[in-house]
Amino acid sequence: MSIAEDNKAAQTLLNKRALKSEEYRERFMLFGLSMPSLLAILIVVFLPILWLSSLSFYNTAGALSMENYVRIFESDLYRRTFVVTFQISISVTVICVLLGYPLCYWLSKMTDRKAAILMVFVLVPFWTSVLVRTYAWLVLLQRNGIINSTLMSLDVIEEPLQLAHNLTGSIIGMVHIMLPFLILPLYATMRSIDTDLVRAAVGLGSSPRKAFWHVFFPMSLPGLSAGIVLVFILSLGFYVTPALLGGGRVQMLAQRIESTITIYSNWGASSALGVVLLLMALVMIWLMNRVFGLDKLFMR
Amino acid sequence: MSSNVQSLPIEVSSLCKAYGSIKALDHVSLNIAAGEFLTLLGPSGSGKTTLLMALAGFVRPDSGSIRFGDREVIAIPPHKRDLGMVFQSYALFPFMTVAENVAYPLKIRGVSKSDQKTRAERALDTVELSGYGGRRITQLSGGQQQRVALARAMVFEPQIILMDEPLSALDKKLREHMQIELKALHQKLDATVVYVTHDQREALTMSDRIAVINQGQIEQVDTPERLYREPHSFFVADFIGESISLPVTVTNNQAQLSGRKLNSDLPIALGRGGHRLVIRPELLEVTSGPVPKTANDLSGHVHDIIYQGDSVLVIVQHESAGMINVRVPANRAGQKGLPSKGERIGLALHPEDTIIVPEYRS
Repeated sequence: MSIAEDNKAAQTLLNKRALKSEEYRERFMLFGLSMPSLLAILIVVFLPILWLSSLSFYNTAGALSMENYVRIFESDLYRRTFVVTFQISISVTVICVLLGYPLCYWLSKMTDRKAAILMVFVLVPFWTSVLVRTYAWLVLLQRNGIINSTLMSLDVIEEPLQLAHNLTGSIIGMVHIMLPFLILPLYATMRSIDTDLVRAAVGLGSSPRKAFWHVFFPMSLPGLSAGIVLVFILSLGFYVTPALLGGGRVQMLAQRIESTITIYSNWGASSALGVVLLLMALVMIWLMNRVFGLDKLFMR
Repeated sequence: MSSNVQSLPIEVSSLCKAYGSIKALDHVSLNIAAGEFLTLLGPSGSGKTTLLMALAGFVRPDSGSIRFGDREVIAIPPHKRDLGMVFQSYALFPFMTVAENVAYPLKIRGVSKSDQKTRAERALDTVELSGYGGRRITQLSGGQQQRVALARAMVFEPQIILMDEPLSALDKKLREHMQIELKALHQKLDATVVYVTHDQREALTMSDRIAVINQGQIEQVDTPERLYREPHSFFVADFIGESISLPVTVTNNQAQLSGRKLNSDLPIALGRGGHRLVIRPELLEVTSGPVPKTANDLSGHVHDIIYQGDSVLVIVQHESAGMINVRVPANRAGQKGLPSKGERIGLALHPEDTIIVPEYRS
């Protein structure tokens, strides 16, 4: 072998090693970059959840027991709380879909400019504090609030309607707060649907209404189900609005957790409720993913 | 797919559509014969797509008339026009299988499930995709998707099929292959096809006739050959094929180039503005001796020679008129006789190839 050939072979080997180490360096960089956020999630989310849920397996005397879980399934009070929680969450989700879907459809048919302007009306309330909005609803809905006084001065009603401090008030307030969570993913999905697809259906002989149900609606489903999951899961654990607009008469799960701690300072019982809430949310996500394929939303 | 349905003629008269101050369609009239393959050809923004969408019913014209056979359709919504349509983006439904896509027009028309199946299979067979029915759309290549779109447009045996630049998303080789296939398919189908493209070569390859559209108006409707050899305006001559043009003066139907008379067998179309002599590089003849008396003499000195694979482009400096391009076949035999730079060569433009057009159509 000549010297030149020998040098060339050595260089090839060196290059191979350099390329390999370059590849490792890049991988290590990526891992290093994601390290801070991974650590943060571990410390402020996972560990507290683990610690809190471990509390649920101890009774008030400090002994290991399933007492807290048994009570959730046996106590009438807890059962009522679960029923109310589901009742409100389902109503809020259904109303959000009925209001949000047509709105998104209308927005998605607009020019970019017009849609962007109208989206501001969705986003400004979204960016406003939940507490501020809830109190605003209280002002509007109470016995001598704007809605009741207007309806009465127009002689539509004789007695003021009971709009606040009950289930109705909680649902109205929550729908307003949850609506953007439905609209944002749904609107994004609708906007990305190729208008030629609906045109193709119509061009091939389908009436506009049939084309909507055959083509547009199925294509909007991933966005719709993402919105439904968001609204439903956020509603399950919602606290501020039902607490203020429910007037103490509406007890959702989050309120029950709070009162169990502040009134009875029973950490075990409240963390058991928390664990059940978390499991329900996870089951919900898993179910929606099975039915609608939420993962498709992120894969495209 | 033979059918007992007769294809329909299309009659467009005085169709207008304006977007603000822009006239997308300016009194367009066009007759398309039953069973014809007609291409709407024009640059982007010329109004060709607007015209197609008006035929489909997706664009509402301001005035005019569109007749399919003896049925006036201008106010009829798109889904009642019974058209087959192929879109530029294919517009296949991504959540349906290939077979479901193809059967969709049949499903809409209430055809029985078993009939849907056999007819969809037959349509897929026609576009050489038999056996692909169960596949997802995303599993197909661009060319295959294009063929599914075609099958879907013809499965219900429409009398008219509209196509909006259906091949523009394919790469060059596949596009050229599909052009031939589409042409063959049209001969099998008994349907009037209206095809939109901005690619003049595609239009020449496929069409029975081509309507050249510019600024919302039809410049010329003719067979590919007549459009190429006898354009009526400078726009058509320039848009179709390769050409260079030189200004000429026309008096009493007699054209002159730099003071020398031009012999032409072709009629000079009416128009506005000045006139131009249009020279197609491949129609010029390089003569070894003097240029024949009957032909127009465009001889000059060779300025440059460019090898382009299938041919050689020779750029000739004419004494008074400027640069003239001549295309010479690139076979070895032809290349042996190639002139060298600076050499004087004889160029003959025969009267039957001497195209003189007005600057603007009247």
